[in-house]
Amino acid sequence: MIKAENVTYKYTNQEGKDIFALKGINIEIKEGEFVAILGHNGSGKSTFAKHLNALLLPYDGTIYINGMDTKDEKNLWNIRQNAGMVFQNPDNQIVATIVEEDVAFGPENLGVKPEEIRKRVDEALLTVGMFEYRKHSPHLLSGGQKQRVAIAGILAMKPRCIILDEPTAMLDPSGRKEVIETIKKLNKEEKITIVLITHYMDEAVNADRIYVMEEGHVVMEGTPKEVFSKVDEIKALGLDVPQVTELAHLLADEGINIPNDILTVDEMVVELCRLK
Amino acid sequence: MSIKVENLTHIYSKDTPFQHVALDNVSFTIEDGEFIGLIGHTGSGKSTLIQHLNGLLKPTSGHIYIDDLDINSKEVTLKLIRQKVGLVFQYPEHQLFEETVYKDVAFGPVNLKLSEEEIQKRVRSSIELVGLKYEEVKDKSPFDLSGGQKRRVAIAGVLAMKPKVLILDEPTAGLDPKGRDEILNQIKLLHEKEKLTIILVSHSMEDIAKLVDKIIVMNKGRIQFYDTPKKIFKEAETLERIGLGVPQVTYLIRELRKKGFPIEDCISVEEAKKAIIEVLRGKKDA
Repeated sequence: MIKAENVTYKYTNQEGKDIFALKGINIEIKEGEFVAILGHNGSGKSTFAKHLNALLLPYDGTIYINGMDTKDEKNLWNIRQNAGMVFQNPDNQIVATIVEEDVAFGPENLGVKPEEIRKRVDEALLTVGMFEYRKHSPHLLSGGQKQRVAIAGILAMKPRCIILDEPTAMLDPSGRKEVIETIKKLNKEEKITIVLITHYMDEAVNADRIYVMEEGHVVMEGTPKEVFSKVDEIKALGLDVPQVTELAHLLADEGINIPNDILTVDEMVVELCRLK
Repeated sequence: MSIKVENLTHIYSKDTPFQHVALDNVSFTIEDGEFIGLIGHTGSGKSTLIQHLNGLLKPTSGHIYIDDLDINSKEVTLKLIRQKVGLVFQYPEHQLFEETVYKDVAFGPVNLKLSEEEIQKRVRSSIELVGLKYEEVKDKSPFDLSGGQKRRVAIAGVLAMKPKVLILDEPTAGLDPKGRDEILNQIKLLHEKEKLTIILVSHSMEDIAKLVDKIIVMNKGRIQFYDTPKKIFKEAETLERIGLGVPQVTYLIRELRKKGFPIEDCISVEEAKKAIIEVLRGKKDA
């Protein structure tokens, strides 16, 4: 689905110095996977994400989306339709004054027939649980609702892959939950490939695989259990682990016989009951 | 500096079809030097409330006293209130605008028409208070700094007004864990060393649990709870019902108790570690 081969990205800063934001990235994401990308601010995650729908093009190396080279201009519309992006701030992504018109914006631009647009808009809004708000004005919705409308707008373009760049950073806890549940559902039920960039470790726990980026390199890769069990390494990279993972780590340091790859409250409860 | 809010009500677009009661008869007191966490879902009235505390919004009814001074009385000027109560908005780095960090931080003091010497003193100390090196950053363009640094410059601009009360609206939104910890540690230092009264608005129950003396929980324009983190986080069901939560370890301890662990509520990882070890060791000894 997504293949990045030795991708390098260079830009020139205000002082005329060349900065390499990506330094030879190799990533392969299969159809239907849920992948999370972690890394502190400035590690290159967002730069990488923008390569996935050709908002940025590699300085060196190649990105293939469904086998299409992003550098080839004739693939551009096809790639943008296949790989949709959702950004951090919902207010910057909403273009229309009525929810359903906003969702229709993408397919309209693709030249989809009106009856088909109607169908896609309704389906997309049903999928994200916003159908009953279809006649509402988007600016009166909560942050989580706005983000779900933004996701519906992408869905209406029938993408195979959705890239979300910190979609919950501006949301309250219930808004975060709504958006994450929606993302999980799209992955499980609609089989859409998900690339989630986030600072929230409890969201990354839901992924099949995690890539950790640092200074333009991929420095760790693995399942959430493999990645988060390296508590000290993750912390040295300026990142976090879930509270229960940290707790398991601390208990193990005290000589308690507990696995170091616990990620959820339920797993922890099972382990501790075993010890009791 | 103490804050007293009495029967504060704020109605947006009053007497129109769009009338909306954002604050509904809210009363509370914050003592001098307290560190308060303010939580509530989007639309619960948090932002409306904090905008009253430095006079950006005027009450529809009710009173706000800062050190026994009614801030909406005729004799009190807004200039005076804004020097006492500093408000750091969400994404404050969007408000940076000057050519250099120095000029940006100096903007407030310059408007107060302070002496050149006093301005320089304040700019230097404010930049240092947020953990940046004065000589290193003063002549830089604020736009060349990293996200976390920009945000700290923006906070320095508020500190240069020498407020006694500092209100921060989600100061860590969008920052990575390291940037978040840096900002929170600076805020903690401002509270401990400069004795500022602090109100921190946050969606992170983990951060709130770590830092504050007391929590105000807002829901539908009213105060649902006002108490210590320990007591507040006992109300997990209510908090969830109003769109909030409790720290992950608090959930864990509750689950363990359901399974028969004799264990008290915990709100931090360290506390939970001690409590669990006690239970496990106690068992071993028996």
